[in-house]
Amino acid sequence: MNLREYSVFDIMGPIMIGPSSSHTAGAARIAKIARQIAGDDIKDVQFILYDSFASTYKGHGTDKALVAGILGLDPDDERLPHSFELAKEQNISVLFIKSDKDAQHPNTVRIIIKDKSGDVTDILGSSIGGGNVVLKEINGMNVEFTGEYETLITKHIDKPGIIAMVTKVLAEYKINIAFMRVYRQLKGDNAIMVIESDQVIPEDVRISIENINGIERAIVINSIKNTY
Amino acid sequence: MYQFNSGFELLELTKKYDMPISEIVINYEHEMTGDDRELIINKMAANLDVMRKSIEKGLKDDIKSVGGFIGGDAKKLYDKIINNFTISGETVSKAVASAIAVSEVNASMGKIVAAPTAGSSGVIPGSLITIARKFGKSNDELIRALFTSSGIGIIIAKNSTLSGAEGGCQAEVGSASAMAAAALVELIGGSPEQSLYAASFAIMNLLGLVCDPVAGLVEVPCVTRNAVGTANALICADLALSGIKSIIPFDDVISAMDNVGKMMPCALKETAEGGLAKTTTGIKFKMNFSGD
Repeated sequence: MNLREYSVFDIMGPIMIGPSSSHTAGAARIAKIARQIAGDDIKDVQFILYDSFASTYKGHGTDKALVAGILGLDPDDERLPHSFELAKEQNISVLFIKSDKDAQHPNTVRIIIKDKSGDVTDILGSSIGGGNVVLKEINGMNVEFTGEYETLITKHIDKPGIIAMVTKVLAEYKINIAFMRVYRQLKGDNAIMVIESDQVIPEDVRISIENINGIERAIVINSIKNTY
Repeated sequence: MYQFNSGFELLELTKKYDMPISEIVINYEHEMTGDDRELIINKMAANLDVMRKSIEKGLKDDIKSVGGFIGGDAKKLYDKIINNFTISGETVSKAVASAIAVSEVNASMGKIVAAPTAGSSGVIPGSLITIARKFGKSNDELIRALFTSSGIGIIIAKNSTLSGAEGGCQAEVGSASAMAAAALVELIGGSPEQSLYAASFAIMNLLGLVCDPVAGLVEVPCVTRNAVGTANALICADLALSGIKSIIPFDDVISAMDNVGKMMPCALKETAEGGLAKTTTGIKFKMNFSGD
């Protein structure tokens, strides 16, 4: 037996634009998370599609869903089928590349986003069924989170005390941490912290965390449940 | 405590609290998420609203699917109903036309509720909304019925799968049909036991159904399978309501479905490597479809 706890709305839902929860809704969700990580000034996006995403993306509207997510649209937004036109209006160029490499999970995409200042964000995510997703990489660092919870991601320098300062701010605002993981490239080098919380993380809390010495950026990804 | 992991446990809870399945499921959701009852009901009402709109759209608009293999079929069947010219009669045909309408809206990138999946999204709205109208049931009763459906879906998800890629179409349309059948029974005034009998019949009848989408798209045979899942739900609800019992209990039926799904080769689990997808015509359609 599967020990996962199901909400009624995992079964009856989500409300979504068809035709496939994994190939359409999940794709839109991964791309929307990518946008939240990259920021709003997106100029140019490359989507590298693996396995089933690569072989059936046009018939499932996976391409339209990915572009919609990049524009910040939710999987149930009726503008989703017209996302290519919307991207053009916003001068965002998009490119799809089919990979023949194996990605461990059938529905996987790498999204490489360039913003107007030239910064590059590179994320890897998989759509795992029912519109649920797992983010697996941010800028070459392995991570793992689903977007089901309110998620705080920090880019920071790996040094003592940073984690304590972040959790102190969250505690002050009575934000409970459900799950937390820290990832780093090298000792003392760039690190990423992913905190999944039960409560909404307001903008002023995000700013307080970003102002901590040693934190380069703090990003909040709104929970799927809060945007239902 | 309203937690349940099996049909047996769900029935025990309905007896313990003297409540219908829908009420146990609403309490389960409240207990699990901490959300208050009003919010839970409102979320389900939002689902029902999208379901209704998708039926209306599919019966009214000229639908063209992304792959181009299907479209306009719900309207064709509906014309037959209007002209009083269907073999299976008005109720079955209306439910089926509504289910096809939702499936076509889904295939054309319209808005639907995955119930439990996008590929099987026609069955529950098609059967429940049609039968509620026929028997003059209220919106609130219909919302309740959706909780009953969800309860059955939760049990299947916990003990097997709702995904065609994991368990074949039996797990998608079969599960949707079982969820609809159980809810129809409660909607019409049957007992929780009868709901589970109806759900058992629904899956038994579709056991072994493979997932073999032509060109890998949610079009052929998905749309007509939604039709059959809907008709099956109506028939299974009638069987249970008439007092017929399933000699195989619901939990055993789910375990059988799980075993069959595991034995099913990958070629028949959404990979488009077998069944209708690999027929001469299926391959030709895949070649002709420009979108890879």
